[in-house]
Amino acid sequence: MGKALTAFEKIWNKHVVKEEEGKPALLYIDQHLVHEVTSPQAFEGLRLNGRKVRRPDLTFATMDHNVPTINRENMKDEISIKQMEALKKNCADFGVKLADMYHPDQGIVHVIGPQLGLTQPGKTIVCGDSHTSTHGAFGAFAFGIGTSEVEHVLATQTIWQDKPKTLNVKVIGDLGTGVTAKDLILAIIAKFGVRFGTGYVMEYTGEAIRKLTMEERMTICNMSIEAGARAGLISPDETTVEFLRGREMVPKGEAFDALAEEWLALATDEDAEYDHTVTIHADEIEPQVSWGTNPGMCVPVSAATPVIKDAEYPEEVERALKYMDLNENQPITSIEVDHVFIGSCTNSRLSDLKKASKIVEGKKVKEGIKAIVVPGSFLVKQQAEEIGLDKIFIDAGFEWRNSGCSMCLGMNDDIVPAGGRCASTSNRNFEGRQGNGARTHLVSPEMAAAAAIEGHFVDVRQFVGVPS
Amino acid sequence: MEPFKEHKGIAVPLNRGNVDTDQIIPKQFLKRIERTGFGEFLFFHWRFDDDGNLRDEFVLNQPKYENATILLAGDNFGCGSSREHAPWALEDYGFKVIIAPDFADIFYNNSLKNGILVIKMNEEQVQQWMKKAEQGLTLDVDLEKQEITDTDGTVVSFDIPPYHKEKLLNGWDDIALTLLEEDAIQAFEEKRA
Ligand code: SF4
Repeated sequence: MGKALTAFEKIWNKHVVKEEEGKPALLYIDQHLVHEVTSPQAFEGLRLNGRKVRRPDLTFATMDHNVPTINRENMKDEISIKQMEALKKNCADFGVKLADMYHPDQGIVHVIGPQLGLTQPGKTIVCGDSHTSTHGAFGAFAFGIGTSEVEHVLATQTIWQDKPKTLNVKVIGDLGTGVTAKDLILAIIAKFGVRFGTGYVMEYTGEAIRKLTMEERMTICNMSIEAGARAGLISPDETTVEFLRGREMVPKGEAFDALAEEWLALATDEDAEYDHTVTIHADEIEPQVSWGTNPGMCVPVSAATPVIKDAEYPEEVERALKYMDLNENQPITSIEVDHVFIGSCTNSRLSDLKKASKIVEGKKVKEGIKAIVVPGSFLVKQQAEEIGLDKIFIDAGFEWRNSGCSMCLGMNDDIVPAGGRCASTSNRNFEGRQGNGARTHLVSPEMAAAAAIEGHFVDVRQFVGVPS
Repeated sequence: MEPFKEHKGIAVPLNRGNVDTDQIIPKQFLKRIERTGFGEFLFFHWRFDDDGNLRDEFVLNQPKYENATILLAGDNFGCGSSREHAPWALEDYGFKVIIAPDFADIFYNNSLKNGILVIKMNEEQVQQWMKKAEQGLTLDVDLEKQEITDTDGTVVSFDIPPYHKEKLLNGWDDIALTLLEEDAIQAFEEKRA
């Protein structure tokens, strides 16, 4: 037996094309995902230098950031149209597969990768998008890159990488009823801060993680970047294998069984050592609500906003409270919202929508609140409609939209107006993220749904209708 | 990419931690398909109010920093979105060097790829320069020697991975370099097939 290794180390070792002491390694990339916002300049760079896409077969593109979620046929935003036209032309010119706005595979890039089975354990996956960390849920090494690196991967199918260190985020105990994967990752970032992952691949371990579904694992890994990590990762297991069985882009029959065996062998070895380990107790975690302007500024729903003078960085807290128009020591449940957004690559999968629908079923969105549900992909939307979730949401007063990034970053018309306040299932509460002057509170789909009904944050565990 | 050897310029202090790329360049400016022209949108909502007027209180708008080319920043600068539009905007605005206690890692890479020298420097030193910069501070950054010389002649050395240093000094194109590894890449592909 060789040295015990972490899943990340096993994947890394299998992808090194070239390595020299004191230099970054040249790493082979198995899957490159592309979207319209961070790719046009990369394709242009190829053109200017007369270069080709080396492996169009390992490259897959979609449109998600700009796409309208209503009236798709009637787009007015000329610059958005131009950007999407550019992607279309680039994919055609360079032979890259594209799921455009009307394609049945269209959706948020981090939703469709797993959905199609492009995302698989052991792969190296990149995308010009920081939330590429999502795909680490499958035991892949997946990370976001900039546009120059997108161009580099298109041209060479490789990337230069300093080997990240490994960080074990050990989750002890079980999550309580009504406490979700979203609450767990928010609590982790709140506890350890928005930069504790810098330079690391964060692997989430422990019984609580093993019990999570793939969709929940994706929610966790998705937000690893919010802790600054190079990537998030969860060792593959039977749950991973079962999720991928039968998906469009995975082999079938015996070939699948052989592959599954390889995948399972990638799991971190029992005696493997990490560069650093932190622990968190799942049973102590409550539903979370962010109060400030970065994802670490987050507290349990039963708590209040911080007291400025007691904070580690009082100026930061003061600035954030001012932007959020909140008082110090203000109870979270007293915060009223006027927008509710259920969507984004963090929480827009079928199970997220199902859970939120259970909360709103038979109830009404509080008057004055604009509440929208944006499924993560065309397929998620279709599946949700097959089981009647659209009706539940619409009857409750939600708008039911087409898939895309939407109000997560408001590059289309789905914007929270200045001064507006949104309970959002997305991943970033930065100033102006959802619209200039907009205020974002990050929560789970269940918490967002409950806030839509009550008009302010409530502990979803006490909310009538919470599934027991 | 232009080679980077030495740069002397005025330093401007942006004393905030965790400045994210959504602040550096807001999303409404990400729709352009060009690589240039992002400078005017840099820190857009911090520089301009809702009516498009300059916010006098924002540090970049103060006349004494008008020609600043060195940005002194807080910890974890450039966190959040991977958008390379952030370094494009900083570069287009005129910044050549950014000095901070630490950077978010995608931003750090993106900046180097665009010829911006990003320097990690201990917090105390950055704070000291930020104070001085309020009165006016010119820094002379010598990449070859890995030294920064202050207005009053104090010299502080800095670290940078040798690999990045070499690339900046020569202005090498990353892709051209990697294409020299074609044999190794091909061998790797064949081995796996
Ligand atoms: S949903 Fe939001 S965070 Fe996810 S890829 Fe789209 S814009 Fe980025």
